[in-house]
Amino acid sequence: MIIAQQKPLKDIAALISECNKVMLVGCAGCVTVCLAGGEKETEIMASSLRMMREVEGKPLQTITYTATRQCDPEYIPPMDEMVKDVDAVISLACGVGVQYMAERYTDKWVIPALDTKFIGGSTVHGEWVEKCGLCGECILHKTGGICPIIRCSKSILNGPCGGSQYGKCEISKDVDCAWQLIYDKMKALGKLDKLMEIQPPKDWSKSRDGGPRKAVREDVMIG
Amino acid sequence: MRLQYSTNIRIVEMTCTGNVDHRVLLNAFEEGADGVYVAGCMEGDCHFLKGNIRARKRVNAVKKVLDEIGIGGERLEMYNLSSAQGARFAQIANEMAAKIKELGPSPLNKARSGNGCCGCSKEGETK
Ligand code: SF4
Ligand code: FES
Repeated sequence: MIIAQQKPLKDIAALISECNKVMLVGCAGCVTVCLAGGEKETEIMASSLRMMREVEGKPLQTITYTATRQCDPEYIPPMDEMVKDVDAVISLACGVGVQYMAERYTDKWVIPALDTKFIGGSTVHGEWVEKCGLCGECILHKTGGICPIIRCSKSILNGPCGGSQYGKCEISKDVDCAWQLIYDKMKALGKLDKLMEIQPPKDWSKSRDGGPRKAVREDVMIG
Repeated sequence: MRLQYSTNIRIVEMTCTGNVDHRVLLNAFEEGADGVYVAGCMEGDCHFLKGNIRARKRVNAVKKVLDEIGIGGERLEMYNLSSAQGARFAQIANEMAAKIKELGPSPLNKARSGNGCCGCSKEGETK
């Protein structure tokens, strides 16, 4: 899922300092799971902003709403009425959700409340780690299910590098060497011979090359 | 045991402090409470095992929010005591009431001028 984190409250408050009424829009997708922008976080942020403004003697009115998914245009129109009389929209979705909001509400200033960080998952409750580099061509079958693109600090395909020490990456003793993990896993699978195959340089044209990427499935298109 | 404790404390009963969500705490302040304290069971004695440990983490998180929004994190506290400690309960109540009195009313307390509608001044909320 997409992992995002809230921007400092004072930064968001500064952005809306001129507004009298704002709408805070959460998302029930990834950002609910990573506890950054779900219904609960949306209400907490609204309440905090209202109190902050009350203390400053400039009361703020808020409306809150949590969309099923802000990254899906079909869930945006239900907000049409609510958004009408607000001075700004604060979106607690990932960058995709913020853009869909801004696209539909052309005359509204849409403010991102989160910083969209990475694609990952949780290790324990309250901790998330990056797991996928979105490179556009998955090679996890070659690497024991461990992504060297994002989990190896150098994204090398024929690791490890000389900096791998006692299973840790040279950048920090707290970061596992992805290639050590890959080696251990492939060994356990009895597939070390696969690691002996030299990987050619990665074809980055499938990644962030040539502008924004697009995925099309004509067979499911309607109309 | 008939113990006296500060009368301006309103008790909000909850099943376990583990049920105390950030919003419950923030809501009390938004409604004008001058101070809030969460009274949980002794650590290790929570009926739901870790409710009070989690509550303390949330209390600490909300304290930071209160600091950030200009209300002051010191208006929120967490205490651990057992239901057999009546005297301790009264002591905490008085201690917290005294602390809040010293801090003065919350900037969000509508009756802070001291002449609220009925002379009331809500000063504390507890679990
Ligand atoms: S030590 Fe391991 S994870 Fe770190 S850069 Fe080298 S191969 Fe990659
Ligand atoms: S039962 Fe959980 S704190 Fe008392």
